[in-house]
Amino acid sequence: MKSIAELNAIREKMKNKVVIREGEGAIRVVVGMATCGIAAGARPVLNEFVKDVTDAGLSDKVTVTQTGCIGICQYEPVVEVFEDGKEKVTYVNMTAEKAKEVVEKHLKGGNVIAEYTISNK
Amino acid sequence: MKELSLNILDITENSVKAKASLISISLSEDENGILTLIIADNGCGMDEETKNKVTDPFYTTRTTRKVGLGLPLLKLASEQALGEMKVESEKNVGTTVTATFDTKSIDFTPIGDMTSTIVTLILGSPEIDFEFTHTSPILNVKLFTKELREQLGDVPLDNPEVITWIREYLDEQYNNTEDK
Repeated sequence: MKSIAELNAIREKMKNKVVIREGEGAIRVVVGMATCGIAAGARPVLNEFVKDVTDAGLSDKVTVTQTGCIGICQYEPVVEVFEDGKEKVTYVNMTAEKAKEVVEKHLKGGNVIAEYTISNK
Repeated sequence: MKELSLNILDITENSVKAKASLISISLSEDENGILTLIIADNGCGMDEETKNKVTDPFYTTRTTRKVGLGLPLLKLASEQALGEMKVESEKNVGTTVTATFDTKSIDFTPIGDMTSTIVTLILGSPEIDFEFTHTSPILNVKLFTKELREQLGDVPLDNPEVITWIREYLDEQYNNTEDK
C-alpha cells in the first residue's frame, strides 16, 4: 500500500535539485482542454505528453500546460508547441499515439512532424 | 462524452475559471445503484439570472465560440440515465452542481477513468485544493490535496514525480477495493 508519507521522500530529493524552468531552449506544450477538446479526446493526449516528457527526462526543459478553447473546435484535440525563438507549431486531430511521436521526434529530436500540423490540413 | 469522468473534468474546469481555491468532487453510489455526483466550489458564484441560463447550450461566457455545452451535456447524461441535475449558486460564495444517475439504466454512461480526470485537474491547477472521494458498496477512494501538501512543503503538486505518485496512489485505491 502506498502511503502519503512517501511524499516526504520526494520532498527531500527535490531539495538537492536545481530546477531550470525558463531560459534558453525552454519548450511549452499547450493542450486545449475545453469541452470541445475533452469530448474529442484531449485527456489521453495530455496525459501521454506528461508521461512521455517525464520518462524521456525532459521535465526540466519542457512544460506541459492546459488552455481553453482556441476556436478551432473541428480540429480538436489541438496541441500548440511554443519554443523560444521559433515559430509556434500547431498540431491538430491529436491522439495519444501521435503525442508519443511528437515527444520523440519534435521535443527530443527537434524535428517538427509536418503531417500532423494544421498547415497540412 | 464517452465517459462520465470526462463530463466531470469539463464541469470542474468551470470551478477553476470561477477562481475557486477549494473544489470538492464526490461520487457516491448506494446499494441500489443510484450514483450521486457533487461538484462544489468556493469560487465567485453566479447571480440568479446567469444561473438560470447555464443549461442553455446557446449561452456561454466565452468569446471564441457561441455555444457552451458543458452543463447541458452533463444534464443530458444524467437525465438519460433517469436522474436529474441541479445547480445551486450564490454570488461570492460558490457553486454546487449535483447530478444523479441510475447506473442500472441502459443509457448510463460508464464513469470511466477518474484517475486521469483528477490527475489532469491537478496538473492544470496545482495551486487549487481538491477534495476527491468516490464511494460505493465496493469502493472507498479518497484524495485530499491538502494532506499531500502537508508532506510536500514547497514542492508543487504538478512536480512530475508527485504526479506519477498521485496516479499510482489513486489506481491502487481503485484496484484494491474492486477486488473485495
